[in-house]
This record gives sequence, structure tokens and C-alpha cells, in this order.
Amino acid sequence: MVIALTIEEQNILHLLEAVTDPEIPVLTIHDLGILRGATVKEDKVEVIITPTYNGCPAMDMIAMNIKLKLAEHGYKNVTITSVLSPAWTTDWMSEDGKRKLKEYGIAAPNKRFAIAKDGVECPICNSTSTNLISEFGSTACKALYQCNDCKEPFDYFKCH
Amino acid sequence: MNNSLTNYLLHLADTTLILSQRNSEWCGHGPILEQDIAITNISLDLLGQSRNFYQYAAQLIGNTDEDQLAYLRKEREYKNLLLAEQPNGDWGQTILRQYLFSQFQYLLFQQLKESKDEQLAAIVIKSVKETTYHLRWSSEWVVRLGDGTEKSHQRMLYAIDELWRYTGEMFIAVDYEKEMGIDFNLLKDEWLQKVKLIFDEATLSLPESTFMQTGGKEETHTEHLGYILADLQYMQRAYPNSQW
Repeated sequence: MVIALTIEEQNILHLLEAVTDPEIPVLTIHDLGILRGATVKEDKVEVIITPTYNGCPAMDMIAMNIKLKLAEHGYKNVTITSVLSPAWTTDWMSEDGKRKLKEYGIAAPNKRFAIAKDGVECPICNSTSTNLISEFGSTACKALYQCNDCKEPFDYFKCH
Repeated sequence: MNNSLTNYLLHLADTTLILSQRNSEWCGHGPILEQDIAITNISLDLLGQSRNFYQYAAQLIGNTDEDQLAYLRKEREYKNLLLAEQPNGDWGQTILRQYLFSQFQYLLFQQLKESKDEQLAAIVIKSVKETTYHLRWSSEWVVRLGDGTEKSHQRMLYAIDELWRYTGEMFIAVDYEKEMGIDFNLLKDEWLQKVKLIFDEATLSLPESTFMQTGGKEETHTEHLGYILADLQYMQRAYPNSQW
């Protein structure tokens, strides 16, 4: 995507890199690939985001946190536009984001497990002797696993 | 304003909203924790799809919003499929309802992905990722219960008896669907073929009865919808414009 950003737009995107996902607070909206762009016209700021899952309740909160973050820096006239196309995919998750997920105890999306099945690497002890408990986990984006070695249950951030 | 498109969007929105509402009735009551979480996750996905369809419809209608469309339309304005409003029954019946619907929605979305309307196509391309999970999960459960114990098999037969008659209207185009570029004959053939495959694996057979109940898409419903809306719309009806 080659769109020339003004310095102010770059600054806004930089500020927003600090906004985190309320469900997975170690990930920023930048890590997740939710933040798609920002434009400034006179005093009007438009921030473009894309939803992860259609029904994800975190999206409303993320939109509010973006407004709050910008308000802290004096931007009052802010609109949040949610675009659906191209559809969000876990391919947009940054490598840094994947590392932070693992440290937080959530297995990062892995193409080999595009369809969730046994064997996703345990984020705690790195064993691959793990079982899929349920394709639906504590939030829409995760599946539930258990490790056969360290016996810990863990979440896997599904490929999407 | 494109009337057909608006009505079609309302049909898609109403169907996903009502099925979401039905599935959400399981919250805290699922047979085991993981499946309680699964069915409510599906409920949430459907609600998200529904919001996208309502928001787009509201934009075309003008001077309204998603909440007004969901909370302030009456029973005889809702265009959802009859299948979506049928009661949960037991777990088997809920599973079968979800499977019959997800199988249909998955195939329908394959066609709507190519829609000439860009926003509709965008919503569908986004949603079909979730529908794929719903379909995989519900087909596995149909097989598990159909080919399970004698009791679970019996219950699936009962569920088929209860629900089959509401599947016919999915493939009969009403006026507003005629310009949507959907090949309903193809959709029906593909759906029957897939359902037969899953039923075979589940040791269940396709019903011979061909009587089909219709009307949901044209705002004539079974007695169940009124009760659902009474629950769903209570707050807005009792306390107009309340927010939380």
C-alpha cells in the first residue's frame, strides 16, 4: 500500500500504536493489524480500522480507546470508520505480536493449523503433544487446548 | 433507494439476528462448558453479521439505524427464515437447526461473494470465514448424535421431523430475491447433496415428506417469532430510546 502520509498522519498512527486490545492487553491494534490508516483534513481526523470477527465486542471499546487516545493529544473531531474489505486475516499480525502472544500464554496463529487440530505447540512448555478441546474458546478468535506434558490448558489464536 | 436490495439485506439481517437470539438462550445452559461456549460464540458471530447487514440497510433507507431496525420493527415486518425462529428444543434440535442453516448459508455466501454490490460482497467475504467454523462444528455434532447412541439417534430423527418442513423456503425466491443474482436451483441441489452426505455419515436419512412451510421471507411467521421479539425488544418498547 503506497499512500503518502503527511507527517501529522504518521504521528497519529504512531500515537495509536499504543492502543491495546482490551481482551489481550499485550497486543496493540497495530500488532493485530486492526489499524488500517488515518487521514487528516483540516481539524477532522478519520481513523480507519477493520474488525477482526464480526461480532467481536472488543471493537466498540477499541474505537472508544482510539478517540480517548487522540483526545489526550488535542484531537477532538475524530471519526472512526470501520472497513470490511479486504477482510481481516491473522496474516496481518506482526511477528512481534506473535512473540508477545506466546509470552502471554496464548499460542500464536500457525498456518500448519489453519484448521485447528491436535498438536499446536504449547506456549508454556513448547510440547507439541497437545489436544484440541474445543474449536471455540474464551473469545471468538481463540480455540481451547490442553497440553499432555505440562497438563496446562491454553488458548490458541486461530488462523482466520 | 434500491428496494429489492434493502429488503434482501433486512432478510439476511433478520435471519441472523433471530438465530443468534435463539442460540443465545443456551448461554449458561449448554450440555457441557465447551459446547455452551461454542454455541454462544456462534451466536455472537451471527449477531455481528446481522449488525453489518442492518447497518448497510440503514444507510440505504436513510434516517434510521441498526438499533431501530432490530428493536422497533414488528413481527409482520420481520423477514427472517422460519427455520431461525424455531424453538431450541433439545441439544439435538439446536444442532440440527444450526447445521441445516450453516450448510445453506455457506453455499449461499459462495454465490453472494460474487455479488455486483460491493458492500454486500464485502460483508459476505468477511462472514463466510466464520460460517466455515459453524458448518464444521455443527456437521460434526450431527454425525456424533446421529451415529451415537440409540437415544441420541432417536432424538435426531425427532429433530428432523420437527425442522425439515422449514427448509423449503430457503430455495424459493421471493420478489426481492429475484434481482440478487442467486441461482436457487443450484443452491438447492448443492445443499441437498451436502446434507445427504452428512446424514449418510450420521446414519440418518433424508425425509420423504416434501411438504414445506413458507412465508417467513414475506413476513408471515410461526407463533414463535412474537415471543422472541417480546423478549428481544422489551427494553426499547418499555423505555423508548433508552441506552446503556
